[in-house]
Amino acid sequence: MTLELCDIVWSAGFRKIIKNVSLRVKPGEFLGLIGPNGSGKTSLMSVLAGIRPPDQGRAMLAGQDMKKHGRRKLARQIGFVEQQADTTDRLTAREAVALGRTPYLSMLSPWSERDDAIVERALGDVDMTHLADRFWHTLSGGEKQRVHIARALAQEPKFLLLDEPTNHLDIRHQLGLLELVRELPVTVVAALHDLNHAAMYCDRIAMMRDGELVGIGSPADILTSENLRDVFGVDATIEHGPNGECTVRYHTGMKKDRAA
Amino acid sequence: MIGPMIGNIISSPVFIKRISVAFAALMLLAAVLAVAASVGETAIPVGTVIDTIANHLWDAGHPVDAIDAGIIWNYRLSRAIVAASCGAALAVSGAVLQALLRNSLADPYLLGISAGASTGAVSIVILGLGAGMLSLSLGAFIGAVAAFAFVTVLALQAGRGTGAIILAGIAGSQMFNALTSFIVTKSASAEQARGIMFWLLGNLSGVRWPDVWLALPVAIAGLVVCLWHARALDAFTFGRESAASLGVPVRRVYAVLIAAAAMMTAVMVSIVGAIGFVGLVIPHAARFFVGTRHGLVLPLSALIGALFLVCADVISRVIVPGQVLPIGVITALVGAPAFALILCHGRILR
Ligand SMILES: Nc1ncnc2c1ncn2[C@@H]1O[C@H](COP(=O)(O)OP(=O)(O)O)[C@@H](O)[C@H]1O
Ligand SMILES: [Mg+2]
Repeated sequence: MTLELCDIVWSAGFRKIIKNVSLRVKPGEFLGLIGPNGSGKTSLMSVLAGIRPPDQGRAMLAGQDMKKHGRRKLARQIGFVEQQADTTDRLTAREAVALGRTPYLSMLSPWSERDDAIVERALGDVDMTHLADRFWHTLSGGEKQRVHIARALAQEPKFLLLDEPTNHLDIRHQLGLLELVRELPVTVVAALHDLNHAAMYCDRIAMMRDGELVGIGSPADILTSENLRDVFGVDATIEHGPNGECTVRYHTGMKKDRAA
Repeated sequence: MIGPMIGNIISSPVFIKRISVAFAALMLLAAVLAVAASVGETAIPVGTVIDTIANHLWDAGHPVDAIDAGIIWNYRLSRAIVAASCGAALAVSGAVLQALLRNSLADPYLLGISAGASTGAVSIVILGLGAGMLSLSLGAFIGAVAAFAFVTVLALQAGRGTGAIILAGIAGSQMFNALTSFIVTKSASAEQARGIMFWLLGNLSGVRWPDVWLALPVAIAGLVVCLWHARALDAFTFGRESAASLGVPVRRVYAVLIAAAAMMTAVMVSIVGAIGFVGLVIPHAARFFVGTRHGLVLPLSALIGALFLVCADVISRVIVPGQVLPIGVITALVGAPAFALILCHGRILR
């Protein structure tokens, strides 16, 4: 199954936010999405998830326009974890994960033991089984994020879209979460802020600037000094390891005029 | 394919349990209605109430005093059923709006409905609009729908967020309340103003069987529509985008459920006036007992709302001898402290 954007334009009011982006997500890969704040990562993820219909171009799942699939069918293929989604409702972690079964349930197919099993497995996948009965508001930021991912996994998706999943997590949980996601048997698209994390975990990286996709390729191809200067406005050198891994080393004295 | 599926569902233990619980709830409601019909200025034994109902429903032929039978059947029973329908409808509307708008302070009157109803009512009573052709209820209903339409248009113009609806509702309510005040202060006699005031606070004295045949079906239909969308409402737990990514057709669900809540509320307000606090407090009480899932919250809200308003009506009839208080006074006197209690327990904002 493929997930593909063809020449997408998405506007808010009269302002073009996403400008002519084409993108093909390869089955099984971990695709990172990088770019400065406001470059359109969240917007692009929403289009990819099928929750914002593009104004021009086509968003396609399995070679067919998403519009033709219908919401429920899309939700069975694509799990989306938003940048920020919180609630004041008094529900448990398990109940939050159970929401992921929504696209499979109806009057004629009510909640079943199979749904219970899938929810438990999703909780296990993110290592939250022991906290499953805790109320949402008692969970830490990292635990909430893991519950969100479990909710998306309960949708049994082929594609898992994560919008800045490591925000607000300490470094151990950031790495743990990316490790976890990488091990999952799904195709992952993740908007990431930390370029070194992108370099460590992504098979490919897509880079955005001002709503445009300015590059896509292997971490070594995308993470270059020129790109970081042009797109992020920072001075950095890239160190390449023996196995093709690369590390970004930033230098002080940022070019303030370029910082977005 | 569908036949055996339905068979499986109906024979499953969960379904049987639910049906039993629903049956028990209906029995409880029936019992409370019977008691409500027996209490009043002239107390009538519950046995007589049951005999009267049996006589009317299947010509049981029990010997019942004709005056008692008249009081029970023509006044108290119809009144109690309307109170129950109204309580259920307002509570369900409140629960739905709180879920959709992600705001635990949302209540059915947020959509400008009570304000519009009052404007409609005073237009009929004081300005004599419709030249006697329109009843107060119809005027109130038209006003409520007009205000809701105004709020909807305003919200759509203002943007798609849930905040837009709330702000539009406030603006609409203020405007229609101002209109009402303008009409009342400009043209009403003191007597008329008092009557309007009484009506606005909720008044079931004029309720008869025709009102039952309006309120009851609307409450039941509204509950069914909302229950049908219970899972979609659950999916709004983490907001609209999250609901969309869970496969919920957000706009359609919004349109259907807000329209359902608005219709239920408009009908109830036009029959009995703007009874406050039911739609705000009862859903919280229901969640206190069964958690956040709407498959449970909605029916329980309906039940508690119905019981609460039937009881409130009885209290409003008997608490001051020889005088009927507006039922809204009772609901507010009970509802406001209850709400404060829930707030302090931190169950709403947590
Ligand atoms: N619904 C919207 N209405 C108006 N502007 C929006 C909307 N969504 C995003 N934007 C704007 O689009 C730009 C890109 O936003 P976003 O996709 O959130 O970027 P990122 O996730 O990369 O920070 C920002 O300038 C933001 O203000
Ligand atoms: Mg973003």
